[in-house]
Amino acid sequence: MDKVKEKVSISEMFSKFRELGMVLFIIALIIFIQFRNSNFLTLENIDDLITNAAILSILAIGMMMVIITRGIDLSIGATLALSGMSTALMVSANQNMHPVLALLMGTVVGMIAGGIIGLLIAKLNILPIIATLGMMNVYRGFTFIIGDGGWVSAYQMPDSFVGIATSSFLKVNTLVWIAIILYIIAYYFLNHTRLGRQVYAVGSNPGSARISGVNNDFIIFMVYSIMGALAGLCGVLWVSKFASAQGDTATGYELSVIAACVLGGVSMAGGVGKVSGIIIGVLLLGILQNALPLINVSVFWQLAIQGAIILFAVLSNVLIKRNSDKKNLARRVL
Amino acid sequence: MKKVLVMVLALSLVLSLFAGCNKDDAEVTDKEVTTTEKEDAQVHAFIFKNTGNPYGEKQMEGFREAIEKEGHTAILKAPENPTVEDQIVIINELIGQGVDSISITGNDFDALQPALEAAMDAGIKVLSADSAVNPASRMTHINQADPELIGRVEVQAAVEMIGGSGQIAVLSATSQASNQNLWIEWMKTELEEGDYADVELVEVVYGDDLRDKSVAETEALLQKYPDLKCIIAPTTVGIAAAGKVITDKGLIGEVMVTGLGLPSEMAEYIENGACPWMYLWNPLDVGYLSGYTAMALVDGTITGALGDTFSAGKLGDFEVIADGEATQVMLGAPYKFEPSNIEEWKTVY
Repeated sequence: MDKVKEKVSISEMFSKFRELGMVLFIIALIIFIQFRNSNFLTLENIDDLITNAAILSILAIGMMMVIITRGIDLSIGATLALSGMSTALMVSANQNMHPVLALLMGTVVGMIAGGIIGLLIAKLNILPIIATLGMMNVYRGFTFIIGDGGWVSAYQMPDSFVGIATSSFLKVNTLVWIAIILYIIAYYFLNHTRLGRQVYAVGSNPGSARISGVNNDFIIFMVYSIMGALAGLCGVLWVSKFASAQGDTATGYELSVIAACVLGGVSMAGGVGKVSGIIIGVLLLGILQNALPLINVSVFWQLAIQGAIILFAVLSNVLIKRNSDKKNLARRVL
Repeated sequence: MKKVLVMVLALSLVLSLFAGCNKDDAEVTDKEVTTTEKEDAQVHAFIFKNTGNPYGEKQMEGFREAIEKEGHTAILKAPENPTVEDQIVIINELIGQGVDSISITGNDFDALQPALEAAMDAGIKVLSADSAVNPASRMTHINQADPELIGRVEVQAAVEMIGGSGQIAVLSATSQASNQNLWIEWMKTELEEGDYADVELVEVVYGDDLRDKSVAETEALLQKYPDLKCIIAPTTVGIAAAGKVITDKGLIGEVMVTGLGLPSEMAEYIENGACPWMYLWNPLDVGYLSGYTAMALVDGTITGALGDTFSAGKLGDFEVIADGEATQVMLGAPYKFEPSNIEEWKTVY
């Protein structure tokens, strides 16, 4: 009897501190990698790591909100490419355009793209996976059309524009600063504003949310618009970082973003997800992408290892959820 | 009313979804150009790997230029995704249209054989260009440049850049890319055969032709081999990503970048010195030569047999040479892009 109790309490602890488990896992991973290659924990490499993970982390904020409302957005890679291509074309035609204006323009392009998806889902009740899969192709097609099948290359971009992603403040890259600011805003918005709490309400129980006076349609429209805006912003950052805009930019990138959310404990069933969680998810993916090439793992194994770790995280998520559900049921019987 | 609207919109979305996945209407680039009213006008088709690839656009442009110069009609096609299935659908359509020739940049070496054989059975002249299909599927092949020459020349360039000694690394496309793998084999052969005792090829890494992965792999190379002197990247995305990383990290002059890349993508890094020089063939010329070869096959000037000779407009005369058991037409040595000529090329492709 005592043993059973102890087991329950351990799993209880684990479910409370699921993030702690992930943190421990990451620490173990870091120690292992550092042991294999001592260049891992150098300032330069850490700088590379977080700069490369910045775009992923920004997208994860939007994706988390979408998933919390029981949705999914598969179109963000295409939205990112569309915004990146249109901004790149714009700055290459107007070399004197202010970088902030470019960022703004990309964000607006993305917000419109996301808003259209939001309307389709909220007003016309189309399943998110179908609406976003359809619009993914539409936006990708637009990207090819406006770019006329071509690329915009580094020499066509003004230095001020490329400088967005190469500049730094207090030795930390601008991309990272943008991500940090957005995370602070997202944390405040989701936890301390009425609108933010309503996002959770719509996701955990749409019926009761509606009865309690939440405008479900608006919330859905809002999260897809935010997702689009963030993808648009990332489009500009991406093009600035790599100094090249291609039609097939970030194809399939949405899957990495979804993986980061799932790793961060965002439940695909909706209603569950924390800002601190996705930071951990992004960090884990970022470490994997940075470290696997460093420790001489064969290319064939890299993908398999990444997949296995994601599967492991999802599995633990499912097991913990099952445990805590069981525990809640037990409590009810008593 | 609203319900009807919902239905229509939902349906159109589902349709657009299928449009993306469906192989049957995959060709997006369908620039049919009817320029000619000539009596004996021929119709020549060119199929590239996929749309939206500036390199492929240039190749098709060169093809069209050659065909139209002789007063014939060019059909340029490319599937949305670089898959064999999409190319087979296009081939079957072209057989139905009864074109005179098909030039194809294959998405697979063997898998196109049934479709291309059917085309040849229907009397259509078939040749591959840039990326070959197997000998049974074609009459001849247009080779951009000798793979052996490409591999050897890149190693020679790297060795010259690092002054004859030091560590070099290769940043390739995917680990499965047949072109790149062949060139890398020749690089290794050159390193073994030549007098390069002080040159060490430390690693071959794969950026999968993705910007983010190529950047991460380049950064990892720099971390792993602090003494690295040169990165050879025989792929456009890879070499540009390497150039960008070297530029951003302020390593210009310390770590050299060379390989194969589009002049437009590399202009920035050739001009700033991150990449002293690099190579590529001219895709316009590959397309142009394909066009003339296709016309020579249809005219009966050549049959694709060893030793056939023909004239290819502004490019001069060419001879059909051996390619193992089969035959090919070789465009020539890779073209060198350097600070002195990059200005004029960067706007071309």
